[in-house]
Amino acid sequence: MKRRNNKLVFFLIILTIAVTAFVTFNGLNIGNYTIESISDSVKLGLDIEGGVVVVYEAQTEQTGTELLRTMNQAKSVMSNRIDEFGLTEPNITIQGEDRIRIELPGVENTQEALDIIGQTAQLEFLRSVDENFVLPDMTKEDFDYEDVLTGNDVKDSNVTQDEYGKPAVGLELNDSGTEAFFEATKAGGQIAIVLDGKVISAPQASSAIPDGKAIISGRFTLEEASNLSSLIRGGALPVEMIEVQTDIIGPTLGLDAMNKSVSAAIVGLALIVLFLVGYYKLPGFIASISLVFYASLILVIMSAFGATLTLPGIAGLILSIGMAVDANVIIFERLKEELKNGKTVRSSLNFAFKRAMRTIIDANVTTLIAGIVLFNFGQGPIKGFAVTLMIGIIVSMFTAIVITKAMLINGLAIDAFHSKKLYRG
Amino acid sequence: MNIAHNYKKWFIISVLVITLGLVFAIVNGVNLGIDFTGGTMIQFDLGKEVPLDEVKTELDSFDLDEEVIHAGEGNHEVIIRTKKSLSNDIRLEISEKMENKFEGVFLGASQFSPSVGDEIQEKALVAMLLAAIGMLAYITFRFEVLFGLSAIIALIHDVLILLAVYSIFSIPMNSSFIAAILTIVGYSINDTIVVFDRIRENVKRMKRKDSFEIASISIDQTILRSIFTSLTTLIVIGSLFVYGTPAVREFATPLLAGVLAGTYSSIFIASPVWAILKTNKG
Repeated sequence: MKRRNNKLVFFLIILTIAVTAFVTFNGLNIGNYTIESISDSVKLGLDIEGGVVVVYEAQTEQTGTELLRTMNQAKSVMSNRIDEFGLTEPNITIQGEDRIRIELPGVENTQEALDIIGQTAQLEFLRSVDENFVLPDMTKEDFDYEDVLTGNDVKDSNVTQDEYGKPAVGLELNDSGTEAFFEATKAGGQIAIVLDGKVISAPQASSAIPDGKAIISGRFTLEEASNLSSLIRGGALPVEMIEVQTDIIGPTLGLDAMNKSVSAAIVGLALIVLFLVGYYKLPGFIASISLVFYASLILVIMSAFGATLTLPGIAGLILSIGMAVDANVIIFERLKEELKNGKTVRSSLNFAFKRAMRTIIDANVTTLIAGIVLFNFGQGPIKGFAVTLMIGIIVSMFTAIVITKAMLINGLAIDAFHSKKLYRG
Repeated sequence: MNIAHNYKKWFIISVLVITLGLVFAIVNGVNLGIDFTGGTMIQFDLGKEVPLDEVKTELDSFDLDEEVIHAGEGNHEVIIRTKKSLSNDIRLEISEKMENKFEGVFLGASQFSPSVGDEIQEKALVAMLLAAIGMLAYITFRFEVLFGLSAIIALIHDVLILLAVYSIFSIPMNSSFIAAILTIVGYSINDTIVVFDRIRENVKRMKRKDSFEIASISIDQTILRSIFTSLTTLIVIGSLFVYGTPAVREFATPLLAGVLAGTYSSIFIASPVWAILKTNKG
């Protein structure tokens, strides 16, 4: 009776593993009930999917609550700009005291996007009192001027056309802006429109403009005009922000790297199975089944916890596959020795697992220590590596020891499995 | 094999490699990655293999003091690396130039300012130190003092060899390298423990024999195991290295070198050191 139960357990384990692996990699569809395959359900990191991570640092002497207020302002201005561009799922956080970290998954034209997000966008209208003519691309320092108004005086901004039908940016000023603009145009001369210190255009004021409407024309393409108008609507940054760290991953780069890593994993796994079966025979075969279980289990766990799969993460997983087998090698080498000493298969198995336990735990604990330290001190990608390495180590100990042992011991209910030949290399 | 008796031979090999690394480090300086020094890396797909000199000539006007290498299938890609932290404006200009001259497609970029680099470097050092303390504590707690001491010496050996390899081949040391070192340190103890376990068993059984003999016998009994456990890990890291893109290879390289160093030290360094310590103490 007991023998039959053991046989049943043995085949149940194998069946469970087969089903788990199948569902994980292929998905399942029964009636209304659907389980997505792992390639559909696991979240891919920015470094695979493509996108931008950028960290800006505020150039300011401010501290404490003053700094905090400035940072919150800067953050909301940057959020506005990102929204204006319709970028999806942005993640914007204040990092430390004076930094803003922005993650934008799947952005195309990434470099152009950054160009806009990081602009201070300080818009100024200056009335030239210089005797020389003011030309576009000059800087504020190149001529003498009187302040007229700033971007804060702008109520709304849109894309329009100038007198020649070229794209231009139309401005609608608020009350104080209207007043200031009226005074300046009445005084006459050139009104320089300056963005971040650089002259965009400098039209000649021919008559006083009382209605608070102004146009910035300056050899824009439609896209440039629309970008500038969004910038003005979003407001200027309260402080200059400098890009201190950037990662831009084009969509092909990351996917290419992932596909290659997945092939690497498959080739590595296949080679290990060959080695295990060729060298350790039956136990090697059983360990290979555990290994397949390990691979699907770890992906299910990652997807269940909503963990994001990154490239270093995949490297960590693949590394843990190699380490998972370590435990089996230690056990099986011990098994061979015990069999050579004339013990039965059953007692050799029990002894080998028992004796090898200590070694395996010691070895894995030290790697776990490394993982914990990496997790706490590492940055972005290194953290991803640490997480999968740690999950990998724990799960691999479970599959390499518990599952493999359960299969081998219960498998002894099958008469053929008692032949020592199957266990000796 | 009398591995423990011949310890001088093994020690000399290691000392030679480490000294060579030191000489290279002094002569050429250490090549630190851009995440430690600050700098910029930009990658383009040019659609065909373009001689590196041509790319460099185009970049002359930017005065980057850059390093350009080929990557990707058929060397169609180029990676431009410079220790200068380039703003987005300049990166855009470079992209435009590559697009106009070579029909290059922008693949990706990373940039680190020097201040961020200093921070990352500092954090990496703290991490290394903490990991070392953590492992020292664990090994001391699990083993007798002499085993713990020998294991630590073997670990230091592994780190030195890794540093030497990086210095000899002038591979940039970066955050991935630090992560790999920590992983290797955690992993390499694995093999060492396998041997020490056996020594511990044999010490009880062979009271008559001296420490060197016990060490040699234990190594003989476990050498296959040590080699095979490393082999499985080497297989997977090796396939990562062969198939990987530059980003992946950056991780695989130090792991590969580290596993090899770790296996060597667990066989040829750790146990002989234990035997020496044991003999001198006893």
